[in-house]
Amino acid sequence: MLIDTHREEVDRILAKYPADQKRSAAMPLLYLAQSAYGHITPQAMEEVGGLIGVSSTDVAGLVGFYSLYYDRQAGKRRVQICTDFPCALRGAETFAAALCQKLGVRLGETTPDGEWTVEAVMCLAACDKAPMFQVQDADGIHYHESAGPDQPLTVDQALDVLANYTSAGKGG
Amino acid sequence: MPADETAAGLPMGSQPATPPPAAPEPAPVKYERLLLRHRDIPDLHRLEVYRQHGGYQAFKQVVTTLTPKQVIDEVRASGLRGRGGAGFPTGVKWSFLTKDSYPRYLVANSDESEPGTFKDREILERNPHQFLEGVMIAAYAAEAHLAYNYMRGEFWDIALRLDAVLDELRQAGLLGQNLFGTSYSLDIHNHLGAGAYICGEESALLESLEGKLGQPRLKPPFPADKGLYQKPTVVNNTETLTNVPMIMARGAAWYKTIGTEKSPGPKIFCLSGHVKRPGNYELPLGTTFRHLIYDLGGGVPSGKPVKAILTAGASSTVLASSDELLDTPMDYESVAARGGALGSASIIVLDESVDLAWLTLKTSRFFKHESCGKCTPCREGTYWMLNILERVNKGNADKADVDLLQTVALQIQGKCLCPLGEFSVTPVLSGLQKFRADFDGHTRDGKGAPAKPSAARPAGTAARPAARKAEPTPAGD
Repeated sequence: MLIDTHREEVDRILAKYPADQKRSAAMPLLYLAQSAYGHITPQAMEEVGGLIGVSSTDVAGLVGFYSLYYDRQAGKRRVQICTDFPCALRGAETFAAALCQKLGVRLGETTPDGEWTVEAVMCLAACDKAPMFQVQDADGIHYHESAGPDQPLTVDQALDVLANYTSAGKGG
Repeated sequence: MPADETAAGLPMGSQPATPPPAAPEPAPVKYERLLLRHRDIPDLHRLEVYRQHGGYQAFKQVVTTLTPKQVIDEVRASGLRGRGGAGFPTGVKWSFLTKDSYPRYLVANSDESEPGTFKDREILERNPHQFLEGVMIAAYAAEAHLAYNYMRGEFWDIALRLDAVLDELRQAGLLGQNLFGTSYSLDIHNHLGAGAYICGEESALLESLEGKLGQPRLKPPFPADKGLYQKPTVVNNTETLTNVPMIMARGAAWYKTIGTEKSPGPKIFCLSGHVKRPGNYELPLGTTFRHLIYDLGGGVPSGKPVKAILTAGASSTVLASSDELLDTPMDYESVAARGGALGSASIIVLDESVDLAWLTLKTSRFFKHESCGKCTPCREGTYWMLNILERVNKGNADKADVDLLQTVALQIQGKCLCPLGEFSVTPVLSGLQKFRADFDGHTRDGKGAPAKPSAARPAGTAARPAARKAEPTPAGD
């Protein structure tokens, strides 16, 4: 139970909102549950619902509505490449295809070793640093961007970034 | 005429078809940066550095010497308009708060998710104290004792840093009880969204902050009357709030000397797409497209002419490029006079290689994905626009399908609960109006051959600047 394993964090989250508005803590508590359990399990929905006084059905609605919550396990981490049009104008689709090829997956798939699920996502507010991607893992979400317009992120650099995550066991 | 428009070397008479061959050096900046001050002051993100440069003096002065109404009057007098897209006068918005109704809340909208927009992120990362001082002053003006900074979930690492900054401010006595020995108390919390563009719409943001689905509310009542927890609430964009400390420190009269009469002040323009130097550029409102795109952005990498400009991300009217457009001042009135809207000022440059059938496929996919599902015209309409555009782009459509696309868009237009649905048709209808041949060129009966070479490009290959290396199989559209 989160309330047992993460008591301090649960209390800290609840304290941010008025005492009679616990429901506002739903989103941070869902992030906490996702970090603790890898994805939002039915049990996690029950727990979060119990902490804020809403049904697990309502919590499931949130998990379905918001893109960054997952109700099933995929790869250990997600690599999410922005291929929205401002990035696409600067080569993001080509980058995504080449990275997929190197990883031996198509967009949406998970690498055979279970380490990475590769996804194309909508704008991440980094249009001047395209190509770019974010990694979502148990530690949160981290950006990896081109150093500048004349130094677009290469597939080899991206593979190095990913290797750093797996070798360090970061967020695993 | 803004000051930096007089910069030497402005290619006033040059044709868009013949931009300068090499990227010229950016024109000298005569204008003092007010929002992106961190570019001129190293380590401005650190509290002691910010305070060395006058930081939190305005907040202290406001709390100790002014009434909330005086603050509202000053901001109203400055003419500051909302920088999130709508351009509504900020001081007027504050003055709408329902009288004698408490508690009240101040909410910063840092949900920045419009494709092509990346200005608030730079403020939050590099100049967080000026933003937070703006939150504090706005909260005081609103008589709020609790404020939330709602950030998109992807700003995770920024939120971690800002949490530490807020702790630092509490320890420094800049947040907490009885500030500066007065009876005023304030605390601020960060709140992360979780990947939903719609939460940038203020009433959807409030729903989300209440732990519900991020779906817009029917208005009225407006948030100034029934906002967070059904209490009077001010919701302001991050960049808007970052203007406030400068206004209070230097005065409304000074602020009005920047920009144009009806669009005063500085604006951060997010330049992206087909330019050599994309990035954020802070300029007075009223600077021309040409100055931004050619003098500062270095022009188009491929050397091709600019085909069209988007000014408000995926929500933009497609503005066909022309000398007149390039010489148009970027302020709310002038861009509206061209049939567009300045919006969040995300200036996306499209060179002649860009196929509008592809571009609207991308914008429609975005809106279909981001539609909250609450109202039918948007939920169903974006689905069908995307469906038709996928067929058009695959060559599985006739010209009648392009007509159908227009019909569907017109059926959505004017019938949605919130601006998201309305935005979804803007690029489609304006794209069809100005570049219909791009769409027809894909159709089976569109006279066989495309109207322009770009319209028949192999999928996913031509909508980019010169390829850096050959990549045979695109992953996207």
